[in-house]
Amino acid sequence: MPLAPSPRVAVLAGGLSHERDVSLRSGRRVAEALRSAGVEVSVHDVDQRLLPTLASIGPDLVWPLLHGAGGEDGSIRDVLALAGHRVLGTGPRASRVAWSKPIAKTAVSRAGLATPEFVTLPQSLFRELGAGQVLDAIAGRLGLPVVVKPSQGGSALGVTLVDDATGLPHAMVDCFSYAGTALVERAVQGTEIAVSVVDTGDGPVALPAVEIVTDGPYDYDARYNPGRTEYFTPARLDEDLAARVGAAAVLAHRELGLRRLSRTDLVVDEDGTVWFLEVNVAPGMTETSLLPQAAEAAGHQLSDLYAALVRAELAAGVPADDGHA
Amino acid sequence: MTSSPVPTRQTSGQPPTSAAAGTRLDPWFGSYAERTHGMRASEIRALFAVANRPEVVSLAGGMPFLQGLPLDTLAELAQQVVATRGLTALQYGSGQGDETLREQVLEVMRLEGIEAHPDDVVVTTGSQQALDLVTRVFIDPGDVVVAEAPSYVGALGVFRAYQAEVVHVPLDEDGLVPELLEETLTRLEAAGRRVKFLYLVPNFHNPAGVSISLERRPRILEIARRHHVLVLEDNPYGLLSFDGDVLPALRSWDDEGVIYLGSFSKTFAPGYRVGWAVAPHAVREKLVLASESAILCPSNASQLAISTYLANHDWKGQIKVYREQYRERRDATISALAEYLPDASWTVPTGGFYTWVKLPEGLDARDMLPRAVTARVAYVPGTAFYFDGQGADHMRLSYCFPTPERIREGVRRLAGVVSGEAELVELFGTSRGPADDEVQAPAPDVS
Repeated sequence: MPLAPSPRVAVLAGGLSHERDVSLRSGRRVAEALRSAGVEVSVHDVDQRLLPTLASIGPDLVWPLLHGAGGEDGSIRDVLALAGHRVLGTGPRASRVAWSKPIAKTAVSRAGLATPEFVTLPQSLFRELGAGQVLDAIAGRLGLPVVVKPSQGGSALGVTLVDDATGLPHAMVDCFSYAGTALVERAVQGTEIAVSVVDTGDGPVALPAVEIVTDGPYDYDARYNPGRTEYFTPARLDEDLAARVGAAAVLAHRELGLRRLSRTDLVVDEDGTVWFLEVNVAPGMTETSLLPQAAEAAGHQLSDLYAALVRAELAAGVPADDGHA
Repeated sequence: MTSSPVPTRQTSGQPPTSAAAGTRLDPWFGSYAERTHGMRASEIRALFAVANRPEVVSLAGGMPFLQGLPLDTLAELAQQVVATRGLTALQYGSGQGDETLREQVLEVMRLEGIEAHPDDVVVTTGSQQALDLVTRVFIDPGDVVVAEAPSYVGALGVFRAYQAEVVHVPLDEDGLVPELLEETLTRLEAAGRRVKFLYLVPNFHNPAGVSISLERRPRILEIARRHHVLVLEDNPYGLLSFDGDVLPALRSWDDEGVIYLGSFSKTFAPGYRVGWAVAPHAVREKLVLASESAILCPSNASQLAISTYLANHDWKGQIKVYREQYRERRDATISALAEYLPDASWTVPTGGFYTWVKLPEGLDARDMLPRAVTARVAYVPGTAFYFDGQGADHMRLSYCFPTPERIREGVRRLAGVVSGEAELVELFGTSRGPADDEVQAPAPDVS
């Protein structure tokens, strides 16, 4: 149903990150959906014109659909808040925590969620201690297989599943091409699950879990080339497990102080243990992304859901996290 | 990762009605041709999405530098076309192309020693379409195309789409090496392989930047003739020689064994999408039929615009302007490489758009690309120019579009990227094996 009076939303998409392409697609999808719900939407890239443009149009709300650095690490949100804009979603401080995979893992494990054992290794450490010895120590401590990924970033860029110690050096090179710090975690075998959480004003609610089945790693191609991946929504889990994965995502969302929407990636192993992998404060919103699939499976019209998120954000007071302590 | 088996391709793409049914988000997944399933969403291509941002110095794309075009004059010419020949320009035309333009094409080709008849010319939507038509007309799945190593990424994409197998023959600073061509054709023959044609970019090669020497040209033709292999001569850059010297086209020696492809994209403007093929008469008939089934006819509006430009403007003078602009950019590229990347080596092109850079030992241009994008510089990894995953130790730098100052800055940034990557590789003592992925290059509108 159209909102009255129609709010004006500035969608931010693009930016200079490795995930620019995905972000542009997410932005277009969300803008389209909001327009069909009667919201007045403008779409902006993140460049030198952004702040003056926003100042001149004075949107009621800014919705950053930026993936990767800047968009998800809280920095752009910081600047937007400084410029006096209302921003949809997680505030800068919580974004910074969620953006760093090791910090987020530590935080949620303190809250009682299981997360695969991991080490965080800056490139400089390998230089100081010698790569061979550090890699041996990793394989010794975590066992194989392990997953090597940049400590920050999305879309599986720079991520490698390593099941043979000879593959470790190259996985590190690949990872360090994207970021200066690597997260190496024990690879948990099981069912890959993504649970999106939305909060339209009544508190965070888990959408149906999406189960991801691929013919190989859930890599960039498997994510964005329709066909390679089969999705089951809701996931083929029994009632108890389905409730537990939903609860895990809501717990992560609350524990990390996330707002309005998030997506938590989990693995359920054969013993039924739910493992937290990572959380996204700006989940993908493309044609093949997980949050839109989950929302549709739950019976939401995307346009209505996105408009409800906008409405909820405008109705809420300015959150404490948008300050600059 | 889940251990569940992946269901067959017949799975419905519709949203599931129960947990038992999955979706591939594509209701037509079971309907695609076999060849379509090889297409991949490449993360390298996604990285190029950043290349068009002004902060990034893109040495990746092959977009001509059009700022030197006389736009006012072109606007007048376009107006003249619509005012005086509008009903023709906006109508369907001949499948083979506008006759006047085909005559003018002869004049262009005469600069490279080609003598032909207007009937031999087939106008196409860029020479890329001519590549597609030739491949469609000649290639059955599994047939062999022999091409230079490296070779033009856009041609490899066409060959792949028609399920050809590409066998590469090395080139050196004088272009394709005739002895190695002979060896390869003999080996393929002995193995009972059917070689349909030899694909060459003889001038200012994309990506290698080299030209086939005058001495080698007739030798290559003789070898091809002896092995009954058609030569596909793709020549978009031939007139863009920095010293003005134009080498005779292979077609100038042989009108029966060569299909020649030409283009206005680099000597004038790619936006009109006008190229052409000159082929032996029987082949030409088939190309016209194939083109009619693909597009009915090339754009009359584009053809008349180019025809009017050629008739009323000093087009040779414009080519001189381009040569000068690209020479200046080539100089900036080479001097910046010498200053900032002394451990690499590169070709020094005497025309065209590209230099082919060999990275210091052990570096992989694909692995390095994310780091380059972070450093706000882009290039195309060498693997894009091979059919078989070679080329990771090379990258193509295009100097056609950025200003000389930006080129210097780009190469300076690249040097930082290379040294960062070298440190990593030294640290981990590793480099990746051959690529196993799809040809990866930027879309044509990446500057």
